[in-house]
Amino acid sequence: MEILYKPWPWYVAGPLIGLTVPLLLLLGNKRLGISSTLRQICAACAPANINFLKYDWKKEGWNLFFVGGLFIGGYLAGNVFGNPEPVAISTSAAATMNSWGIASFGGQMPESLFNFSSMLSLKGFLLIVVGGFMVGFGTRYAGGCTSGHGIFGLSNLQWPSLLATALFFAGGIIISTWVLPYILQL
Amino acid sequence: MKNIKFILAGIFFGIVLTKGEAISWYRMQEMFHFQSFHMFGIFMTAIPVGALSIMVLRKLNIKTTEGDSISIPDKTFHKGIIFGSLIFGFGWALTGACPGPIYAQLGSGVLVTIVTLASALFGTWTYALVRENLPH
Repeated sequence: MEILYKPWPWYVAGPLIGLTVPLLLLLGNKRLGISSTLRQICAACAPANINFLKYDWKKEGWNLFFVGGLFIGGYLAGNVFGNPEPVAISTSAAATMNSWGIASFGGQMPESLFNFSSMLSLKGFLLIVVGGFMVGFGTRYAGGCTSGHGIFGLSNLQWPSLLATALFFAGGIIISTWVLPYILQL
Repeated sequence: MKNIKFILAGIFFGIVLTKGEAISWYRMQEMFHFQSFHMFGIFMTAIPVGALSIMVLRKLNIKTTEGDSISIPDKTFHKGIIFGSLIFGFGWALTGACPGPIYAQLGSGVLVTIVTLASALFGTWTYALVRENLPH
């Protein structure tokens, strides 16, 4: 039973993530992509007469069911069968985290940084609210996220997706290397 | 009822992302610092499996379970891919989450992720509002 709680190595998780691509195509000619659900929810809840949000969102309603499942999957794999051990990051990553004042690697993210009261501090506000805003704004501007461009677009050999994925990483590296250490000192 | 299969597909995707630790803030920072092969290994196996699958589906002209043919529109380039991708990259490193993992993190019990999700929704909504004034 213990095996159910263990995290999976990359060579198990990676190919299974890849198989989501043909799975959705077979189930109904659907393209893997998550960030479009953010637009869907905006169109459903607050269209505010904005052109970009005035479309028949129900026609693509399948993806709201898909992310509903994603939520349940996170509950099952992260909660019911969650790994009780800290994430086994490499020793060099652990050293970097330690230099940032993060001593333990339990859960999905450091609880000391990501909680409801930290959100009211500048540090937490930048990490959670500003970060989240950039995720929503940037993915829609780019027309996709790590799944739509990074997995699906690249699987379909689309060069705009290659450019997008390279720039996702470039942006992440810039912030993680040169900006995040300062934010964490706030 | 016809959407139950998409819930099941989502559960599959959520379990794999979570068990593969692709929703972990620690793993993302480790990846951005090139300190482990883990996340790169995930991308470098997921993409060829996806690509090979699409090739097979096309070659054998396989239909969907509903009997429809499978067709995939091309992604077209626009300047927004440059600016948007960088902005998303910034947010990715801060939150440690792409849109997919946000839903899975929330499910895994990190309740504060609801704020990340709300902020991401506000980001998308703001993009929609100012879209016509942005370079594309």
